[in-house]
Amino acid sequence: MPDRREAPSLRPAALDRRTIYEKSRPGRRASALPVLDVPDTPLDELVPAALLRRAPARLPEVSEIELLRHFTGLSTLNFGVDSGSYPLGSCTMKYNPRVNETIARLDGFAGLHPYQPQELVQGALELMDQLERWLAEIAGLHATTLQPAAGAHGELTGLLVIRAAHLAEGRDPKRVIIPDTAHGTNPASVIMAGFQPVAVRSDARGGVDMDALREIIAGGDIAGLMLTNPNTLGLFDENIVEIARLVHEAGGLLYYDGANANAVLGVSRPGDMGFDVVHFNTHKTFSTPHGGGGPGAGPIVVRDTLVPYLPVPVIVRAEDGRYSLDDDRPQSIGKVRTFYGNFGVLVRAWAYIRGLGPVGLRRVSEMAVLNANYVMQGLRDLLDLPYGDRRCMHEFVASATPLKEDGVRALDVAKRLLDYGVHPPTTYFPLIVDEALMVEPTETECREALDRMIDAFRVIVREAEERPDLLRDAPLTLPVRRLDEVQAARRPIVKQRLDEDEEGGA
Amino acid sequence: MTVTGYVPHSESDVREMLAAVGAATVDDLFTEIPEDVRRREPLELLAGLSEAEVVAEARRLAGRDTPATGLVSFLGAGIYDHYVPAVVETVVSRGEFLTAYTPYQPERSQGVLQTIFEYQTAICELTGMDVSNASMYDGGTALAEASILAGVQTRRGEIALSAGVHPEYRQVLETETAGYGPRPRTPGLRAGATSDLEALAAAVGEETAAVVVQQPNFFGALEDLEAVAAIAHEAGALFVVVADPISLGLLEAPGVAGADIVVGEAQALGNAMSFGGPGLGYMAVTHRLMRRLPGRLVGETVDLEGRRGFVLTLQTREQHIRREKATSNICSNHALNALAALVHLSWLGKEGLPELGALCARKAAYLRQRLLALPGVAAFTEGPVFREFAVRLPLPAAALVDALVPEGFLAGVPAGRVAAGFAGRLPKLPAGASDAPGPSGLDDVLLVAVTEKRTRAELDAFVAAVGGVLAKAGDADA
Repeated sequence: MPDRREAPSLRPAALDRRTIYEKSRPGRRASALPVLDVPDTPLDELVPAALLRRAPARLPEVSEIELLRHFTGLSTLNFGVDSGSYPLGSCTMKYNPRVNETIARLDGFAGLHPYQPQELVQGALELMDQLERWLAEIAGLHATTLQPAAGAHGELTGLLVIRAAHLAEGRDPKRVIIPDTAHGTNPASVIMAGFQPVAVRSDARGGVDMDALREIIAGGDIAGLMLTNPNTLGLFDENIVEIARLVHEAGGLLYYDGANANAVLGVSRPGDMGFDVVHFNTHKTFSTPHGGGGPGAGPIVVRDTLVPYLPVPVIVRAEDGRYSLDDDRPQSIGKVRTFYGNFGVLVRAWAYIRGLGPVGLRRVSEMAVLNANYVMQGLRDLLDLPYGDRRCMHEFVASATPLKEDGVRALDVAKRLLDYGVHPPTTYFPLIVDEALMVEPTETECREALDRMIDAFRVIVREAEERPDLLRDAPLTLPVRRLDEVQAARRPIVKQRLDEDEEGGA
Repeated sequence: MTVTGYVPHSESDVREMLAAVGAATVDDLFTEIPEDVRRREPLELLAGLSEAEVVAEARRLAGRDTPATGLVSFLGAGIYDHYVPAVVETVVSRGEFLTAYTPYQPERSQGVLQTIFEYQTAICELTGMDVSNASMYDGGTALAEASILAGVQTRRGEIALSAGVHPEYRQVLETETAGYGPRPRTPGLRAGATSDLEALAAAVGEETAAVVVQQPNFFGALEDLEAVAAIAHEAGALFVVVADPISLGLLEAPGVAGADIVVGEAQALGNAMSFGGPGLGYMAVTHRLMRRLPGRLVGETVDLEGRRGFVLTLQTREQHIRREKATSNICSNHALNALAALVHLSWLGKEGLPELGALCARKAAYLRQRLLALPGVAAFTEGPVFREFAVRLPLPAAALVDALVPEGFLAGVPAGRVAAGFAGRLPKLPAGASDAPGPSGLDDVLLVAVTEKRTRAELDAFVAAVGGVLAKAGDADA
């Protein structure tokens, strides 16, 4: 550790950017473990010397208060929904109610082991059974599995279910149609499930191009179609009923990517639109915290004809009200993860839906759509709105192309927003919009916060004309300036260098 | 009661905002949704509740459960009840970590990026590997990803998967690679519950992308990693180890034994058992495989002024860039669980983790010796173990577990419960188990895990209680 001896004492704590390994001192520790109360058998009598570790892992050596200060300091360098507005499109960064954290930590949930006798976990199974039924009602479909650990994992699970259904009918179609606006996980999941993705272009109104769709379907071998609706442009596909008819007629099944379900809770149900499989991202729609990248949960809901193929185990409620886990499903695709899914995350989603009920859920979507339209209206004279003639749903996509003449790009706008305390929108996605800024304010932002967001854009657009260099240099107010991602990838350093002679780079 | 949906707007806010966007009513916001799929009637869900009422309802459900943490528990088989220090909760509850998204804007996400970098370092140290990703969902999906990686790297279509690997992990691998990725072959175990190395070697050939063993294995037995590494590498296959991270305080790092990929479940580091999820899948590889690693990866770099900073790196591996050419679809991971693991590991420290390992090993050895001294109890796992072992009982293991719950013990995991769910799906059961009753052949086998939380007094009381049940069962037979 090169700068281990460098005196840090006069630097303010928040600026002490040493890693925890650089703060380590030999022999220091936070942990006190129980005293050994069984015979002190020499370890090499318990485990052959050849299997014993020769050199200990060089874990940090810090006291408990140093540990806490380290992570507290790092937290101040981070930004969450708790810190400010986070209009990150397609990610639904809404408020994460704290009561859900309290509930997930109840001993009767957090303290459960997955292999306890089932009589001892009846409350957990009842909770999961309820959540399954509620998600089915929200989706407008019939049965739920809570097992997928994330949205992408739900996609894979749903596609495997679709594959199993085709195989059961003696078919093995390979092509899955995906719009050019789709999330990257869609084509990746299609490949992992053993299918081939076929891209369908969007039309001038931002929906699936119906002529292109018919042409692809005419080519045959259609296993299904994956669609986000509203799509990643924030637009509801007006032709959804016809799309579903065409795909079903061709023998395909429809998969609903629920990333944008926050727009339609209680307003329109994927099952009613014609979808056969739906996944929800609980960490988007149902307010479970993103945690800096996870954990989430990606439960899927299916039409009755697909129920036999759901992953095992299945929660079963007997006539006497007793719950059990059933593994005996001969047509099941099998297991998609260990145990029963991200239970702790699902508890939070349960609490959210239980608290809001049908009225609250509908209000969520209504206000999410209102807020998005309000911000879109506020940006109308500032940025290009390629689909601005349409009513957006819970998000919209603006384009920073008007700023290009000043040499300013969407990336620069995003970085400057950081200086103004607003988390930037999703940038450069969807791919079909040049210099895309995808804005999803969410329903939990108040009007002043939305006005502030709009003001930040207004100031930045003015700066683009008057002081474009400022934007290209942004951010200017944060602990680090723009970071060199090219160098990071060219010569990857992906772990701490722990001694002088070691190559830190991998 | 008022259901807010956590929406801040007053009625006048809504009125004015509707006017601003040119809508007369809230319904007008949804006119782009075709009438025939627009819903007028409310969803058929229970009416909303106040916060206090939700908590009460949650407490009612939680109260129907008897958590393992409230009993003297010997449950393991992948999820372990180690003590999690209080500082973990303090750190992961900070809103700046809890409510942040994936760090796509590095300048405002240095906190989470640096913690992931430190986590990656800790995982590399534990496993003896060069590169760790930022986390996976769980041990089973991490193994499935490892298998796909091996298939892509070697362009081969099979893997040799020891029957000592957790049955649920094998099942997840089987499902997730059904459409894509190498197909598993599963050679059995020897008596004593270690992998049958001859059978393993016989299952390896020119089409083998990887050889996979678990350390310690599902039954707690310790595998000879160097011998398996030799079998794998001789055939040009990758060597994949599923390793328990707590055991790595005591046991040699798989990287030292020649592992190419190390994966596993790290729930026990900093995370509640939580009915099995969310835990923490981890994955680490050799330098050679870095560019095929799935998931997110944080790298060190500098900013415009030359200051050190951290970014997501090598993103061209990932689905959001590579789309259909990506070899994994993972996007959301288990970042907060990885943070918990890092805090726990930092709390344990360089000295604490080996000490924890030694505590577990000694307590497990003590209990094992005392249980095996009971009449009718025989070793299923032979040879050395770490913190978990399997014994064969003179009665069904589930019956013993049920009998001891009223006495305040969770005696362990009946091996047949885990394996029974896979009847017909488990290619091979351990050799020597075929004479036992039941479809899985493991109904009389109990897995017993001993963490540092168990005191000697508890262990002694447990042995007495087991002895009591066995004596009663013996009387009934006689």
